[in-house]
Amino acid sequence: MSEATTRTLPDRLGNRTRDLIYSWESLLIIVAIAIFIINSFASPYFLDPWNLSDATFNFTEKALIALAMALLIISGEIDLSVAAIVALASTAMGYVASLGGGTGVMVLTGIATGMACGAFNGVLVTHYKLPSIVVTIGTMSLFRGIAFIVLGDGVFKGYPASFSWFGQGYVYWVFSFEFVFFLFAAFVFGILLHKTNFGRLVYAIGNNETAAQFSGVRVARVKFMLFLLTGLMSGLASVMLTARLGSTRPSIATGWELEAITMVVLGGVSILGGSGTIPGVVIAAFIMCFVTFGFGLLNVPGIVMSIFVGLLLILVIAAPILYRRFKSKG
Amino acid sequence: MNALIKTFIRSREAQLIAAMLVMIAAIASRFPAFITPTNLAAVFNDTSILIILAFGQMAVILTRCIDLSIAANLALCGMVAALINVVAPDLSLAVILPLTMLLGAALGAINGLLVWKLNIPSIVVTLGTMTIFRGTIFLLTNGAWVNAHQMSDAFKSLPRADLLGLPVLSWFAIVIIAIIYILYNRTPFGRSLYAIGGNPVAAVYVGIDVGKIRFFAFMLSGALAGLAGYLWVSRYAVSYVDIAAGFELDVVAACVIGGISISGGIGSVGGAFLGALFLGIVKNALPVIHVSPFWQMAISGIVIIIAVAFNARAERKKGRIILKSAEAKS
Repeated sequence: MSEATTRTLPDRLGNRTRDLIYSWESLLIIVAIAIFIINSFASPYFLDPWNLSDATFNFTEKALIALAMALLIISGEIDLSVAAIVALASTAMGYVASLGGGTGVMVLTGIATGMACGAFNGVLVTHYKLPSIVVTIGTMSLFRGIAFIVLGDGVFKGYPASFSWFGQGYVYWVFSFEFVFFLFAAFVFGILLHKTNFGRLVYAIGNNETAAQFSGVRVARVKFMLFLLTGLMSGLASVMLTARLGSTRPSIATGWELEAITMVVLGGVSILGGSGTIPGVVIAAFIMCFVTFGFGLLNVPGIVMSIFVGLLLILVIAAPILYRRFKSKG
Repeated sequence: MNALIKTFIRSREAQLIAAMLVMIAAIASRFPAFITPTNLAAVFNDTSILIILAFGQMAVILTRCIDLSIAANLALCGMVAALINVVAPDLSLAVILPLTMLLGAALGAINGLLVWKLNIPSIVVTLGTMTIFRGTIFLLTNGAWVNAHQMSDAFKSLPRADLLGLPVLSWFAIVIIAIIYILYNRTPFGRSLYAIGGNPVAAVYVGIDVGKIRFFAFMLSGALAGLAGYLWVSRYAVSYVDIAAGFELDVVAACVIGGISISGGIGSVGGAFLGALFLGIVKNALPVIHVSPFWQMAISGIVIIIAVAFNARAERKKGRIILKSAEAKS
C-alpha cells in the first residue's frame, strides 16, 4: 500500500494540443499570417490570385531543393553544391538540346545529371569519410566550373516549346505545374520523413551517429541515399528553372544554396542535425515567398530583401533562446 | 634531428612546397618568364589579400567555427573606406586604415557575440550576417559604384607604392604573417585556439573560456577582413556591392588546402600561408599556359576535394601512429 503511494509518477506524457500550440510550426504560421496580412494592407495588388500565383514561381524551385536539404541536415550533413548542381544540370540539358534532343531527353538528362552529382557527393562523404561541408564547397566549385568550361561566356537557348511547360505551364486555373509539383513533393517528403522507417533512421543518425551504427543502421547507405535525393531534387529544380527562363548561362541559380539552407533553418531544422519537420520547412518557404513578393510589390530591391531574410534567419533562431533565458531568470 | 626531418617531409607544408615546385617547374619548362623574380613577386602580391584573410579564417576554423561572412565584411569595410575618402579626400590614411579595421572588428564581434552569448551555430550566424553586410552596402550607396576618379591619389597609391623593391600590399601580407605567427604560436590566445579545437570540454577544465576565445577569433577575422577591404578597394580602385563575391569560399579553400582541419584544432600558420599561395599560383598560371580562365573554377574545385581527402588521411594516420609508438615503447 505504502509502496503504491510513494511510487514516483512517470514524467507527464506530452499534451498533444498544447505541444502543437507551442511548437515551432505554429510560431511560423503566425509569422506567415502576419506577413500576409501586412502585405495585403501595404499593397492593393497583393491579394490578386494571379499575382499570388506568380509569386510562387520565385520559391518553388528553391523549396524543392530545401525539402531534400532538410533531410540531409537532419541527418547531420549539408550540401553546399546544390546551386552548382542546378547549373550543371541546366548546362547538360542545354547541351543535349543543342544536339537535337527533344523534351523527354532533356528532362531525363537534367534529372540524371542531378543524381550523378548527388551520387558523387555521396561517395566522397560516405565512402571516403570526408566532412560534407568542405567536400561540397569543393564540388560546388567543380560542378559550376564544368558548366563554365562548357559554356564560357556563351549561352544555350532556343529550347522546344513543349519543354517550357515545366516552368511556365498551368495545371488548373492559377495553379502552375511548379506549384502543384511542389505541394506533391512536400507531401511525399513529409510521408518519407515522418511516417517511414527511412525517416526514423534519418533522425537516429542525426541524433547519434555512433549509436545508430551500433544499432545496426547502415549509416553510410542512408546518407548516400540522402545525397542522391538532394541531387535528384536539384536536377528537378533545374528542369523547372531552365524551362521557366528558356535559356542557360553558367551563372544560373547563383546563391541558391544559401536560400535553400535559410528555408530549412527557418523551418526549425537544427543545423546540428537530429530535429526538424517537413511542415516547418514548407511554411518557411511560404514565409520567404510572401516576404520577397510583398517587398517586390513595394519596389524594394532584391538586395534589401536579402537583408531582411538574413535578419529573419538570425532573429527566428535567437528569439526562442532569448525567451527561454528570460523566462528562466524571471 | 632525423626524426625532425622525417616529420617535416611528411607534413602538409612539405607536400605543398613540393607540389608548388613541381607546378612551377612544369610551367617554367615551357614559359621561362613565369619564374623570373619579378613575376613570382607579382604572384605573391596578387595573393596577399587571400593570405591575410586566410589567417583570420584559420583562427575561426581552429575553434570549430566558420566565418562565411568574411568576404561580405571585406566588401562593406572597403566601401566605407571608399566613402570616407570621397567625403573627406584630405583625411589621412593613418585615420582611415584603423577606422576600417575597427569597423571590421566590430562586424566580426557581431558574429562572435551571437556565437558566444546565444550559442547559435557559426554557419547559421555568418550565413545571415553575410547577406546583411552585403545588403548594408546597398543601403549605404543605393547600388552606386565608387570609381577610381572619386578616390584621392593617396588612397589609391598606397598598396602600389614601392618599398625596398616590393609593393606595400606585399609588405602588408609579410607583416601580417609575422604578427600572426607570433600570435598563434607564442601567446596564450594562440594556444587557446588550438586547445578549443582539439577538445572543447578539456579546454573548459583547463580554464579557457571557450565562448570568449571564439568571440576574439571572430573579431580578429573581422579586423583582418576590414584591412583587406581597404587593400582590395584601393588596389582595384573601384568599390561596389558585389566586390569579392564568393571570395569566402576561396578563403576556406586556402585553409583546407593548407591542412587546417575543418573539425578544428589542427593546422599551422605556414600551412595556411602555403595553401593560399598554392591557389594564387594556380590562378596566375592558367592565363600563362593559355588555359581559358573558365577552367579555373573547376580546377580549384578538384584541388579542394583532393586537399580534403589528404587532410582526412593525415588526421586518421596520426591516431594510429601514436598508438603504435606507444605500443612499441611499452
